[in-house]
Amino acid sequence: MTRVLDIEGLTLSFKSPLRHVEVLHGIDLYINAGEKVALVGESGSGKSVTARIVLGLLQELRSASIGGTIRFNGVALTSLSKKQHASLRGTDLSMIFQDPTSSLNPVFTIGHQFSEVLRRGSADLTQAQCDERAMQWLASVSISDAKRVLAAYPFQLSGGMNQRVMIAMALSNQPKLLLADEPGTALDVSVQAQTLTLMRKLVADYGTAVLFISHNLGVVREFADRVYVIYRGRIVEDGPANSIFANPRHAYTQALMAAVPRIVGSGLPDVPEVSEAFLAPRVSHGANP
Amino acid sequence: MTLLSLKHLSKKFVTPAGAVNAVNNVSLAIAEGECLAIVGESGSGKSTLANMVLGILQPSAGEIHLSGKRLSHKRTNEQRRIMQLVQQNPMSALNPKRSIGASVRLGLDTFSIGQKSARWHMVEDALQSVGLEAEMRHRSPAALSGGERQRVGIARALVCNPRLLVLDEPTSALDVLVQARVLRLLNNLRIQRGLTYLFITHDLAVVRNISDRVAVFHAGQLEELSTTAELFSEPRSAYTRKLISAVPVVDDLEMALRDKLAEIR
Repeated sequence: MTRVLDIEGLTLSFKSPLRHVEVLHGIDLYINAGEKVALVGESGSGKSVTARIVLGLLQELRSASIGGTIRFNGVALTSLSKKQHASLRGTDLSMIFQDPTSSLNPVFTIGHQFSEVLRRGSADLTQAQCDERAMQWLASVSISDAKRVLAAYPFQLSGGMNQRVMIAMALSNQPKLLLADEPGTALDVSVQAQTLTLMRKLVADYGTAVLFISHNLGVVREFADRVYVIYRGRIVEDGPANSIFANPRHAYTQALMAAVPRIVGSGLPDVPEVSEAFLAPRVSHGANP
Repeated sequence: MTLLSLKHLSKKFVTPAGAVNAVNNVSLAIAEGECLAIVGESGSGKSTLANMVLGILQPSAGEIHLSGKRLSHKRTNEQRRIMQLVQQNPMSALNPKRSIGASVRLGLDTFSIGQKSARWHMVEDALQSVGLEAEMRHRSPAALSGGERQRVGIARALVCNPRLLVLDEPTSALDVLVQARVLRLLNNLRIQRGLTYLFITHDLAVVRNISDRVAVFHAGQLEELSTTAELFSEPRSAYTRKLISAVPVVDDLEMALRDKLAEIR
């Protein structure tokens, strides 16, 4: 199977005049074509920065030093010029950010922003063609009054609506890899469930590989084929989702699972203390269940 | 004994696009020491309801009674002290320019609780009762993690010695391990101090494990009011079943229950 994304020994540290902080200590992670992979961890564990490095955003920061290799479709990202890397964004590589309302530009209409994205894929589209395609995409994310939405500004739409617009935009150039950073955490459960169903269907239709970043284990279980658990800049456990959820083997993953409140009414979850065992070496489940 | 009762409470907002009935003729009662969860999606009216209870918003119609006495929109200091709010987002709930201690002390000064000389002590006790160090009162909110700030928010409410806590999504912004600790803390505090909780959330798994009864809101209406056990064995309303069917679950036991409840009727 072809690997869309292959990360080996990724390290990241931030330099400041006073100190030097290592944030990622050697991340190894791959995603096959069409595969949905989740990266799970708490705030500050390094999951979002990993996605931002793949997207090429952190490389712009002078205080960040990045090591290791990332191959996208077999090509090392470090071998690309800035311009080449930029041309991947919004075309072969796209991202859905956590907060839909603040990641859309408040001073442009949805239609304007959608056209901008579509023209990254094919620069010679006319406005009429852009609008037509945008309407089709909005329809595919179950937005029925696409015309009104295109003419609207983000603040005129609900959070769930903006999130669907973001998903439609992110998929509109049929990327090979979609980075989804906590999509839906800003949303209600029922809207979140709709959003996930929609994303699942669309990525299946277009064979898009997904790196799904989340701290919500329930959502990960519903969405992902394979899971990486990250703790303090290290992958601590990885394997097929069903295997990890049925049988978490690393102490940190076990603590995470134990802390989730359950609807079966087993009482308030245990409060696992942070322990040395959280830093134990990585556990890998077999590649196939 | 009933601590708080709402009688035919309504709130109407008039906007250029027309009138919105944010809360529509809601009646319910909360017993002393009870934890009542208010569940619903954004826009269902749960925060509007809480704001009316707290006296932040004036109801368009209906009455609020506290210990059998009708509350007007103008509250006495004592009435304000008895009901305290813990906010959703710990990052924005604290004044960034104030030290933690000064934020917690504000309630003591406002309501003239205790001798002036004893108030810093009371602040330190409140911080310790939520599992923080007394020393933390000298720090600024920026130096604290999300979980620590949420604890400060709880300490700030507790220091006024309230009877009712209105908790507006108190754990939804927290990571799962931190959330588990804060939920435990809230539960222990309620038992130790005999507090009454109005617990607003959209997380049904949290509701299942912390509340005695659940009020499900939909479009400003009280859709269902059941004991927690009832809600998770025989949800009466179709909307409740829809909410339950959307809960992300982590194990097979939960999935079986969720699918069973979603299919009833």
